[in-house]
Amino acid sequence: MSSHELKSGPLEYRIQQGQMNILGFWIFLGAEIVLFSTLFATYAVLFGRTDEAPLPSELFEPGSVLIMTFLLLTSSFTCGIAIHEMRRGSKKGLITWMIVTLALGLGFIGLEIEEFIHYAHEGATLQSSAYWSSFFVLAGTHGLHVTLGIGWAILLLIQIAKRGLTPVTSRKFFIISLYWHFLDVVWIFLFTSIYLIGMVV
Amino acid sequence: MAEHNKRIPVQHIVGFVLSLVLTLLAAWAALRSDLSTFWIITSIMILAVIQAGIQLFMFMHMTESESHNGHVPWNMMFHGFVLAAIVVAGSLFTMSFGHDHNKHQPHEQHQQQEQHQEHSSH
Repeated sequence: MSSHELKSGPLEYRIQQGQMNILGFWIFLGAEIVLFSTLFATYAVLFGRTDEAPLPSELFEPGSVLIMTFLLLTSSFTCGIAIHEMRRGSKKGLITWMIVTLALGLGFIGLEIEEFIHYAHEGATLQSSAYWSSFFVLAGTHGLHVTLGIGWAILLLIQIAKRGLTPVTSRKFFIISLYWHFLDVVWIFLFTSIYLIGMVV
Repeated sequence: MAEHNKRIPVQHIVGFVLSLVLTLLAAWAALRSDLSTFWIITSIMILAVIQAGIQLFMFMHMTESESHNGHVPWNMMFHGFVLAAIVVAGSLFTMSFGHDHNKHQPHEQHQQQEQHQEHSSH
């Protein structure tokens, strides 16, 4: 790492501040892994403690969960394309693909809210049982992260429209792309350990 | 590598297709296959770990020469993964194994049977 500006390589890594911020964000993601692991552990321990509330296998539907998964996987892909466009120096490409990403993310959140309302109608709420408490806290924390990510990305889009591609704005976009891919990683484990196992067991 | 100069992001497309295939494979294993519950859970958890690896390496630029590879704190990420594994596996081990909270759950009975087998073998 050097303090002077590099002449080659991705824009977001050219100044030391960018390198340090990206490093710091990886450390934050390491802490996020541990945060989610505590919620996963709680969920795993409380699995089956449904009391009088409906069983997960009665409520989970493969169709809508698969659609949510595909929405989020596709948004992770389009987010990767947005960074690819950014590194090619295309501001327009970056903004276009980021808007696609956000649209897919909003679709995911919309479906998740619909799911939660459906579960609540069937008698599974945060208060129904230990199992459903841990379910809503785990899935809800992920949903909250996605929602925050959407708000964050909208603010960054406004900034990039005003200031263009600089080492600072490209670093900020690179960091939100890491955040977005990370949320996809977390969802893969939610999809597998909550929905798939919940439908099987 | 100069990946950022290419018009078509091959790595991203490969990663995307792989992640879709792995998701469908996991859904098929869970919902349509004739595997036992134990093997379903084992296989879909392995598929999830592979898919997380695809996200980290193909989308999150965890390895790339242009950024001189020095900007991912491997030791801290590894630390995070190990802590996560200990928290989840450790909680399950201390809180669930051998206990009998809820007899209606088939997986609990399965664990109990395993426990009984262990005891009887002594």
